[in-house]
Amino acid sequence: MAGHVVPQKVYFVIFALLIGLTGLTTWVATLDMPSPWNTVVALAIAIFKASLVILFFMHVKYSSNLTRAAVVAGFFWLAILLVFTLSDILTRQWIPQSTGWTTTIESPH
Amino acid sequence: MAEHQAQSAVMDPLAHQFDDLQQQHEASNFGMWIFLATEVMFFGGMFAGYTIYRHEYFTAFAAGSHLLNWKFGATNTAVLICSSLTMALAVHAAQTGKRKALVTFLILTILLGMAFLGIKFTFEWSRDWNENLIPGELIAGHPFAPQGEILKQLQEAHAGLPQVELFMFFYFALTGFHALHMVVGIGLLTVLTVMAWQGRFSPERFNPVEGSGLYWHFVDIVWIFLFPLLYLIGGIS
Repeated sequence: MAGHVVPQKVYFVIFALLIGLTGLTTWVATLDMPSPWNTVVALAIAIFKASLVILFFMHVKYSSNLTRAAVVAGFFWLAILLVFTLSDILTRQWIPQSTGWTTTIESPH
Repeated sequence: MAEHQAQSAVMDPLAHQFDDLQQQHEASNFGMWIFLATEVMFFGGMFAGYTIYRHEYFTAFAAGSHLLNWKFGATNTAVLICSSLTMALAVHAAQTGKRKALVTFLILTILLGMAFLGIKFTFEWSRDWNENLIPGELIAGHPFAPQGEILKQLQEAHAGLPQVELFMFFYFALTGFHALHMVVGIGLLTVLTVMAWQGRFSPERFNPVEGSGLYWHFVDIVWIFLFPLLYLIGGIS
């Protein structure tokens, strides 16, 4: 037999957790938390749910290191995309920009 | 003799290029994960674009999110999680050589996938069509033009209409490509169901079932992120 056979009970436990976390993320959205926290909590729950799916439903917990490397590589490259893009977008306001030689000319009325 | 070889090629669960079943299983999973890494990048580009504009047009994206009905989003999340469970159970049935259970779980997964698409089309996209919330002029003569209560709601939220339209672009691009992946997945599972019925899988060789399962779970993961980012970001009451 090829591959690890996960007991069915594990699948049902993970399923219950995923449904519960969906309820939790929906409930959290009804709360009015200070600015970034709603998004942070929602994303944290989503990442946790995705990890459960990857580890148990997708058998990565029982997979070889080669498979795990492929999984990590995919999400690592996504992290590069997000971190480098956001490090540009979010820091543009930090340094005042010179406006160069252009001047604002009031149009005569 | 040639006939005999052809016969054994069909019956032998081990393809000739592999040393053993373990290696064959390993190669199949590894290849599928490499493909899924490209899928992560495919959806990742759209998620990155979404993040930037969500940062840029904070209020408009919150107002846009209020145009969606979170109850349908939550229902569909539950439907997809159920389908992931039946898919995982299908792989389990294939691994343990239970042909009838395999066929049953594959059909259940297909039905749940169709339920997801049904909810999306009937209750969400058709309503967006009726309320003129389809962005751009993707469909000629049917521009983005919210009216009545919806327009009032957007104005009260001080949301710029072009920015809300941008949110709807992201909404349709992300959920549209997600739905397209569901359609492909249902196609794959239909083929698998026929093959499973014919008894083409065994505990020694069930790689197509497991590979398609990985794909199905991946599509589920995409939705796990889409649900809070599209339906819940504006807060719900």
